[in-house]
Amino acid sequence: MASFKPTKVQFLPKLGEKVTEETLYWKNYKSPVQIKEFGAITKIDFSPLPPHNYAVTASTRIHIYGPHSQEPIRSFTRFRDTAYGGRFRGDGKLLVAGSEEGLIRLFDISGRVALRQFKGHSKAVHMTSFLSDGFRVVSGSDDLSCRVWDVPSAVELSSLTEHTDYIRALAPSKLNPDLFVTGSYDHTVKVFDMRSGSSVMTMQHGHPVECVLLYPSEALLVSTGGRYVKVWDLLKGGQELVSLKNHHKTVTCACLSSVGNKLLTGSLDRHVKVYNSSYKVVHNFDCDASILSMAIAPDDEALAVGMTNGVLSVRHRRHQKDKEMLTSRRRRGPSYQVFVKGKNFVPRQDDFLVSKPVKQYLRKYDKQLKSFEVSKALDTALQTWTRTSKPDVTVVVIIELNRRGTLKNALAGRNEESLTKILNFLLKHIFDPRFSRPLLMVGDIVLDLYQQVFHQSPVVERLLQRLMEVLGREAELQQELLQVLGILDTLFTSLTPRKEALAAPPVAQESQLQAA
Amino acid sequence: MVEKSDVRVVRCGGSKINLRPPIISTDSRFVLCASGDSVKVYSTRTEEWLHSLQGHTNQVTGIALNPANHLQVYSCSADGTVKLWDFIDGILIKTFIIGYRLFAIYVSEKHDGIVFLHIALDTDSKNECFQLVAVHLPKSAEQEVEAKELSAVSSRISPNPSCTAFGREGQYIAFARHLQLNVYFFRKQKTYSFSLKATDKKGAKNAFTCIACHPADDCIATGHEDGKIRLWRNFIHTKEYTYSTQHWHHNAVNTLCFTPEGTNLLSGGIESVLVQWQYGAGNRKEFLPRLGGSILHVSTSSDGQLFCTSHSDNKITVIESSFKVCGVIQGLVKGDAVFTDLMIDPRSKALVLNGKPGHLQFYSLLRDKHLYNLDIVQQEYIYEAGLDQFEVVKAAFDIKGYWLATVEERGQKSSDLEFVLKLWAYDERTQSFVLNTTITAAHTDRIISMCFSSSEETTMLVTTAEDGQFKAWCQGADADTQQDQSFWSCDFVGSYHNLTPTNCSFSADSSLLAVSFQEVITIWSPDTWELLTTLCQPPGVVRDLCFGQLSCSKYLIATTTRNLLCCWNLLTCALEWSTSVEVSKLQPDPLSENVAAFSYQSKHTDLFVFKPNEPRPLFTHKNVCSEKIHRAVFVPREELLNNCDESSQWLNRSQLYFLTQNMDLLTFSTATEEDRMLSSSKRLVIDDSIAVTPFYLLLGKHRQQQQKLNTPSHPAADKPQQPQGSVTITELLHTPAHVLPAASVLCSMFVSSLLISNTGFPFPFFSPEMEMESSEQEMNSEKEEDQQELRAQGSVDEVTPKLSKAQERELKRVRKTDFSWMAGLIDSKP
Repeated sequence: MASFKPTKVQFLPKLGEKVTEETLYWKNYKSPVQIKEFGAITKIDFSPLPPHNYAVTASTRIHIYGPHSQEPIRSFTRFRDTAYGGRFRGDGKLLVAGSEEGLIRLFDISGRVALRQFKGHSKAVHMTSFLSDGFRVVSGSDDLSCRVWDVPSAVELSSLTEHTDYIRALAPSKLNPDLFVTGSYDHTVKVFDMRSGSSVMTMQHGHPVECVLLYPSEALLVSTGGRYVKVWDLLKGGQELVSLKNHHKTVTCACLSSVGNKLLTGSLDRHVKVYNSSYKVVHNFDCDASILSMAIAPDDEALAVGMTNGVLSVRHRRHQKDKEMLTSRRRRGPSYQVFVKGKNFVPRQDDFLVSKPVKQYLRKYDKQLKSFEVSKALDTALQTWTRTSKPDVTVVVIIELNRRGTLKNALAGRNEESLTKILNFLLKHIFDPRFSRPLLMVGDIVLDLYQQVFHQSPVVERLLQRLMEVLGREAELQQELLQVLGILDTLFTSLTPRKEALAAPPVAQESQLQAA
Repeated sequence: MVEKSDVRVVRCGGSKINLRPPIISTDSRFVLCASGDSVKVYSTRTEEWLHSLQGHTNQVTGIALNPANHLQVYSCSADGTVKLWDFIDGILIKTFIIGYRLFAIYVSEKHDGIVFLHIALDTDSKNECFQLVAVHLPKSAEQEVEAKELSAVSSRISPNPSCTAFGREGQYIAFARHLQLNVYFFRKQKTYSFSLKATDKKGAKNAFTCIACHPADDCIATGHEDGKIRLWRNFIHTKEYTYSTQHWHHNAVNTLCFTPEGTNLLSGGIESVLVQWQYGAGNRKEFLPRLGGSILHVSTSSDGQLFCTSHSDNKITVIESSFKVCGVIQGLVKGDAVFTDLMIDPRSKALVLNGKPGHLQFYSLLRDKHLYNLDIVQQEYIYEAGLDQFEVVKAAFDIKGYWLATVEERGQKSSDLEFVLKLWAYDERTQSFVLNTTITAAHTDRIISMCFSSSEETTMLVTTAEDGQFKAWCQGADADTQQDQSFWSCDFVGSYHNLTPTNCSFSADSSLLAVSFQEVITIWSPDTWELLTTLCQPPGVVRDLCFGQLSCSKYLIATTTRNLLCCWNLLTCALEWSTSVEVSKLQPDPLSENVAAFSYQSKHTDLFVFKPNEPRPLFTHKNVCSEKIHRAVFVPREELLNNCDESSQWLNRSQLYFLTQNMDLLTFSTATEEDRMLSSSKRLVIDDSIAVTPFYLLLGKHRQQQQKLNTPSHPAADKPQQPQGSVTITELLHTPAHVLPAASVLCSMFVSSLLISNTGFPFPFFSPEMEMESSEQEMNSEKEEDQQELRAQGSVDEVTPKLSKAQERELKRVRKTDFSWMAGLIDSKP
């Protein structure tokens, strides 16, 4: 007749994060390498040439690190005051940097002394960059001016003073040597054309602009400032495409990954967020301190993040090879051939095949459930290995016992040792929303059964006290959550248009979470 | 019932087969069981339903083999008659009119010509008093005889017929009631009584539930409510009786049965485990677990080789004496209640409802046969009384039959309700449904109703729940997660003023969704999830609602609890018409504009069939049945009827089935349909396992082929039907080539026979020689193959009478086959 149906262990997805291709991609970084610098790291720039060294500007120095070295390959220390905005030229041979005193220095990568010094700014120069022809340097300064310098003659070509506040963001166009974009604390982003000598486009960011960034196609422009990240469509005359508010502190830096042009933003709130092409956050990196600068290597090989406490944290990508190394190291089991004789035998056409009936193998707890040995089944499910590595199996057995109406019988008549096991399991998992319902029931039954004898065992008593504390805390938390939910509900109802009160999906989701 | 109309209510298949113990015939080839108002005969080997013995006008309440002739069976019925049948040929031999409602029948070899019957003395239902009477059946040649010689044996019997049993060689009869066991000795004409205490210190419940007497020993086995089995001995002397107790069952013992030699005792209860106790060997026993529903009856064949158990899920299991199940006869499982709606699987056109615990059953109405069970809960079912277990409560198919949504629920009684919404996809390869998505917390409270959108392109499921929300579920709505596998996820959550939604329904083209919130019906657009309009017709909460079909799709029909049937025009959003009628169930026909409304008034149910655009009902049928009707379904017909009569036109495309509260499945049948049924039943030939005569062997095989060709009314509903060729052509192709005339002669006739599609008897004149000749040819061709089979079959005792019978049948068949092409041949030859 019908055979015994084994208990089904249901796969319950954890609430919250959804696993997508992109999260998998961004999760595939090794744990970060931390390098201590002398001061807050204000700028990181990757060399466009293959070894992809990167220049880190911090305090009065600029260090250049190799892709895998933790010690600087080279450092430029001839700054009298704080250095700012060290950037490579397109061929990776020259480096330009501003400084607090208003001087702009140009270095050869292999040299030590500045090749050129551009004097003219009266205040600190936070941003410098080469234009894409490589012969001119553009700089943005706190003296509200933006100047273009000629590299061979070291003279100022033009000075643009359209901004009314500090200029703290600058991005040259890679396709046109005469175009660059500046962002300023006067809340505007301006596109300058050297041919006309003035700004050709102005966009209102609405907050002091910390960083500007051009997409490789140069049709889209990203500006960050305040808590906002805004994307502008330059081909539509600077129309705002999207405004993102995912950070809860000022967004200080942004960069684009080279694979798929995904936008990454770093903020003072210590998070780096990764957006997908529809500008939804797909991944989040946490850091130890507020982030000031960030850069990603070509091919996304490494992600370097500079923070206010002077720590540079570099994450390298994990490669398939590393994994293979790990797996190949694992010992191989005994070869299967030894045990199965004639497994390669192919039956001939007129052979009559007698197939062996497939035997149904049951797990130990299933066997015990089949023979109605409820206490034993619970013991099996509470074995150390199952309990720790597969708590869902334990919970499924508990649910099954409850369904059979024999949970009380299974829990009754236990000694101190096994009761400790159960209580420890409860302590560990009672707040897991997947398990809390059956486990609360177990807790109730245990209390009912053993309340007369608890005081005889100090161990059990202590565990119970802990359980009570933890439960109390959880109850408080739930209450607070409910209050928040109530506040949110009123907010949502006031937000929805008057037409008909529709329950907005986010409310429903939250209530689901709550129910779970 | 109603004279002027030719549409009448008929009980259709799926009646209970587990009411009374089944009987195995002496030669172990047939199982007989009481089913509704007929006795059904099944084959033990093939489990096929062979025929039924029809003639009673009320529920058959007992059957017993005639001890004098093992080919005859007595049946008693609540209509007050006992009938004697020849169950092999299905012939009614005699009817004895008793005049009382009969509830059980017992016979014994010792008491020739006497049957013992349970009768109800008082008709008032409160304290029904049952009496055991002995009836002397008068011997007379007439068909209908009134049996007047009633002599009461005892009036202290229990209404449960398994509490009465005949003792060794019919010397005594034992019957129990509550806590008292009585033994009546026929020779002494005396009743001895033995009684037990109601309970003892250990809390045992001692009430008797069943009785069996040892066939060769003075021993009575009794089953008790707490699962004990007591074996009573030495009861001939009232004072010195003894009993021994055995206890394995944890709940009431439902049935006890000794094997014919008395070596073993079989017992069964709610645990669905058949237990075989060795008689006289103390506690030694064997088990056969997981047989299905709880065991209600056990019976054995007279040679002890076969056992038969009947189960609460309307099933009879045939078990060999080696404790191996060899056959299952499954009826329509009805349980205590049907939670799901009646549904039609769009693929197999089978009726779908919840069957055995945790399963959905697929039942072919056409063949009155259980097709298969779909395991929804996928958990081990524990057979224990009062245990709260998962039960399928809701199910819905999408329009193409590709998706199935089910809701299973546990804890209907207690406060912590658990329920799971599951979505099943149809797998073409395995021809069954495969679990696709399991949603554990679909809503925060019980799901009240659900429906699939009826459009072809996008499938959407809408569920309404008691938490005041309705949710729309879509396949793969979440584009981010796993594109290759399409799971279902929530697409939209809607509510209306925190009211509880009750019903939901999609319009015919799925452009509108109607959800009723108590008194208000809200209309939503499923594309934008915009609330389009609300309709309200107070007072009264909306009980049922549906959209019109086909040309009436602009109408929305709803019924309220305050006796109102309303019809809105959705183009104008205004009430088209309303009428005061108490409607318990609205059922639209998907194939026509018709809507059936069942109305329950003054203790009987009326049916109205109407079109939403017409104020006058098409068809009214007063007093369909006396119970309330909550489940009904329109089943599309395989072949359209062409009734011209106005009152029965609505039954042309589909048939209306409905389920009463007493779990009777009823339908409407028309006169033309009955004619067709009658003609098809005449053609039915009895199963090949019945008359195994040498002549039958010669012809049987051929007839089987013939039957396949002639009656395409029995195709497997779930298999694709092969196109049937013309009978003429097959006949032509099957005739041996050497007896056929030249192809040039045949050609023109062959072509002309293709033109004539008529398979009747266009040529009344037949030359008898021709007939004989052709049948002889066929016989010759079959002979060689059959000779071997002939040798294998040993017994040839009843050759002569059967031979003539079979021959006659063969002749009949020959006359029926189409020889029109041959007739043409005769015409052309001279």
